[in-house]
Amino acid sequence: MNNLFNSYFVKTHKLEISITIIAVVLFLIYFLGAPHVFTRFPIYRAFMQSMPFFGIIAISATFVVTLGEIDLSFPSIVGITSLTFGMVLTSTDGNFYLAFILATSLGMFAGLINGLLVTKIGIPSIVATIGTLFFWRGLVNVISQGSGIAIVDVADGTWQHAMFVQKLFGKIPAQFIWFIALTALMQWIYRYHKFGNHIHFVGDNKASAQMMGINVDRVKIIAFVQLGFFSALAGIFTMYEMLYFWPTQGAGLMLTTLAAVFVGGTSVFGGKGTIFGTFIGVLIIGSLESGIVALGLSGFYVQFINGLMITAAVTIYALIQRKKT
Amino acid sequence: MAEELLRLENIYKNFGNVKVLKDVNLNIKKGEVVALIGDNGAGKSTLIKVITGVHRPNSGKVFFKKEEVNIKSVSQSRKMGIEAVYQERALCDQQELYRNIFAGREITNSLGFLKIKQQRKEAEKILRDYIGFTSKAITVDSTVMGLSGGEKQGVAFGRSLYFNSDLIVLDEPTMGLSIQETEKVLNFVRGLKNENKSAIFIDHNIIHVYGAADRFVILDRGEVVGEFMKDEITREELVNKMIELHESGKIEVEA
Repeated sequence: MNNLFNSYFVKTHKLEISITIIAVVLFLIYFLGAPHVFTRFPIYRAFMQSMPFFGIIAISATFVVTLGEIDLSFPSIVGITSLTFGMVLTSTDGNFYLAFILATSLGMFAGLINGLLVTKIGIPSIVATIGTLFFWRGLVNVISQGSGIAIVDVADGTWQHAMFVQKLFGKIPAQFIWFIALTALMQWIYRYHKFGNHIHFVGDNKASAQMMGINVDRVKIIAFVQLGFFSALAGIFTMYEMLYFWPTQGAGLMLTTLAAVFVGGTSVFGGKGTIFGTFIGVLIIGSLESGIVALGLSGFYVQFINGLMITAAVTIYALIQRKKT
Repeated sequence: MAEELLRLENIYKNFGNVKVLKDVNLNIKKGEVVALIGDNGAGKSTLIKVITGVHRPNSGKVFFKKEEVNIKSVSQSRKMGIEAVYQERALCDQQELYRNIFAGREITNSLGFLKIKQQRKEAEKILRDYIGFTSKAITVDSTVMGLSGGEKQGVAFGRSLYFNSDLIVLDEPTMGLSIQETEKVLNFVRGLKNENKSAIFIDHNIIHVYGAADRFVILDRGEVVGEFMKDEITREELVNKMIELHESGKIEVEA
């Protein structure tokens, strides 16, 4: 037993292990507190249906946070790219490829702007992305004039609809499978690709990374661009689920998404993080609302307990980190 | 007469309105250790960063192995065979040693994924053969955070040897080190000569510099104000020159 606790795996995966324990305890509480809900399948189907929409962005945002940067503009990037997707899809009578390419390109362009503001102009990312947060949402409002777009006629029953959100075997939402596959791919890139490696070095110490021959600006820009892409992708998933675009689309994503990254154990200071942790963070943050209501507490507790979870988690991580140094 | 390795001609470098380097000329032969000395702000660090591609000069020419080169980046200077061991210790604290050693020139497959096994194996070799780490507490999976200053410097040296460079640039290699660790570092610098490698070396401590270098180049406010071969000057004379420079702002060159 003692061996187990001192093993190399445990030492190097403290964060992942802590977050998994927190998640297991949380689901045990749900399970014991509301067995009539949590012993049946529908609640899990609902989780699998809703979590990927912000989960995809959280996985992608983990790269930006590991850089020691932050992106607050992704909710509005979801908005503007979803609007683009809806407009192109309806005006071309369902040309998916064009709509997909334009929406994701716009997402990457928005990410590029964030990246350039941060690296070439030198604006701290928290400030730069507050600017673009308002900018893109404002543009959504100006273009949409506050009205939504129904894509039912051009999206429902298409193969893209099936591919993105159909239930496999009538039970498992396709978006959840995508989410898992994406998590695995991003974890691989994060730990074992040159790009992921450079993300860690730049986040750890920008000056050292530069001296080791890493192109710091390029790494940062690519990180923002991929977040723009995945914001667009998450928006498209949501559109196929809802078959509707509404002008506030994405606006509610900010806190849940970033909370999932931080609860997952990725350091705000940069240089250290975990994609697996973010995945578990998504399971925690994405289950809180339903879980709390199922336990019989009123909805008013949701934010309170959410806040408690985040604060407790980041405190634990800070303590783990401090012991190391 | 040994062959020329690096030559700088009329190098100027400004940061905004501040002229950090003014008409600097410098050359280094194969197998030669050159010490750059001068006060804080003399431009020593800037000069070596021009050589390693961190900064680009505003004007002037750089020749490496007798060919004119335009060093645009750190990775380019490394490819040419210039390797730096920096004052700021270019290592990232929270990352593992095997990742640090290969940062910026990872061993990857064609898709850019790291060959972790190979990196760890090579890193192991560097720790054992080049640096001579024997402590079991330090492995290729250790993070830099737990290492002492000398150990960090050792990793940086090991890295530069492994990549088989012709010119090693050392920025304050003994800063913050214990006496024993300093001695190891100076031995390392002396050992470079046996392998016919050259080095440029910055250190505040003239005693260290004197013991390890063949030639001394004195910088003051961005200009080269004096240059001495080791056999032309004793340690005391060198110290006196520096004091003289410090007090009067200029230096008498008799030779």
